[in-house]
Amino acid sequence: MSTDITINKEIDARGSFCPGPLMELIRGIKVLPVGGVLAVLSGDPGSAKDIPAWIQKAKHEYLGAFPEQGYTRFVVRKAH
Amino acid sequence: MLQRILIIGGGVGGTIVANLLARSLRHQEAEITLIDSTGKHAYMPGWLYLPFNHLNAESDQLIRPERDLLNNHVHLVTGEVQKIDHENHQIHVGRGLGLNEVAGTDGANEAIYPYDYLVLATGARLELSDLPGLTEAQDKWHHFYSPEGSLQLREALSTFEGGRIVVTVGGIPYRCPPAPLEFTFLLDEWLRKHNLRQRTELHYLYPLPRVFPIESVAEVAAPLLEERGVLTTVFFNAEAVDTERKVISSMEGEEIPYDLLVIVPPHRGAKVIESSGLGDEQGWLPTDRATLEVKGREHIYALGDATDLPVSKSGSAAHFEAKVVAHRLIAEIHGELPKDGEASYDGEVMCFLETGQGKATQLVFDYEHPPRPPRPSRYYHMEKQLFNRAYWHLVPQGLV
Repeated sequence: MSTDITINKEIDARGSFCPGPLMELIRGIKVLPVGGVLAVLSGDPGSAKDIPAWIQKAKHEYLGAFPEQGYTRFVVRKAH
Repeated sequence: MLQRILIIGGGVGGTIVANLLARSLRHQEAEITLIDSTGKHAYMPGWLYLPFNHLNAESDQLIRPERDLLNNHVHLVTGEVQKIDHENHQIHVGRGLGLNEVAGTDGANEAIYPYDYLVLATGARLELSDLPGLTEAQDKWHHFYSPEGSLQLREALSTFEGGRIVVTVGGIPYRCPPAPLEFTFLLDEWLRKHNLRQRTELHYLYPLPRVFPIESVAEVAAPLLEERGVLTTVFFNAEAVDTERKVISSMEGEEIPYDLLVIVPPHRGAKVIESSGLGDEQGWLPTDRATLEVKGREHIYALGDATDLPVSKSGSAAHFEAKVVAHRLIAEIHGELPKDGEASYDGEVMCFLETGQGKATQLVFDYEHPPRPPRPSRYYHMEKQLFNRAYWHLVPQGLV
């Protein structure tokens, strides 16, 4: 992935079905300082739809999905 | 050499670990001590039924003395853990709730317990201050996450004459992800039985883009909610409650009015985990997802609600994790390598989801396999009811 993003916190939500990667992302966002960058690792194909949709709805900044071997790293900046 | 094993927390996880260790380790090998703040063991899933008068709060189906559930070789100390001194491998224990002495310590008000191995089964606490509006007016909203909360809610329902009821979640993560959905189904059933359903608008709000984290379960639950006339709003992450105006607002910018608010209170890890510098920002213990060792700490294990693992905070997860922790400790003390298959947690969880009207479904999953819930049926509801009773005879003892 691009090297110009500094990730402040990374949550490994691989294999999480309940509560699931999006729930882990929302949890992470809540405790992150404004401006902080959070990465969530997910192996769930549904995250590709769920995660960007929630980030847009909650008006944070979606920095992208970066595919890795068998999982994807979703990166978000807390905007407010 | 005698190894001192300290277990903090007498919930499902801590109790099973203690009993499994006591059955496999000889007196000369290990001294096993469990420290619990109340000395009582609660069956938390039962709290869901209290508002509907299905169970009694004092019933031995909900609470029993911890001592009665422990193997005789486990020392039980009733007291409040004030400090975990992980540098010096010792625990400071003070007076328990309402107790004059630290029980099990011959009259002392304070005691220090050194350990060789530490198991943290410290659970979760409700932290109302994490959702603005909750602390200021505790009698103006309701929950079913403690016996007191459930009884207060039962009282509120007994005088309820109709209006708008909102059910939602106050923070993430929370114990037992299916609980708000189950509560909504059971409430709908209760309102119908009391001829109040036609006068009540029932509104379920959930943080995710669907009514439950697991898509296959949401696909079963959403039509049931619709069929029963429950309004749903998704993408609703509670940000504040205004008990004067009777509205709840979300991080996503919505406001929803209510007459009666039922909200799962925000959760955090135990205070002592925060104050001992072992937890993350919310007091959860950074835990290895397979070995259950606390990351970066030697000879400390964590399990159950206390961990930061991406599995549901539930008795079921704690139950499966307890077997792994016990197996690893026994192997380590015997100087053996842990056996493959028993030595690592694979994310296993098995739980029920009540869908009301005498039916339920079942969720079984692990890190590799998503759940495939069967169609809700009376069979799973009966199985859940049986489990509620059989729990006391099988689970804490580590027999299943």
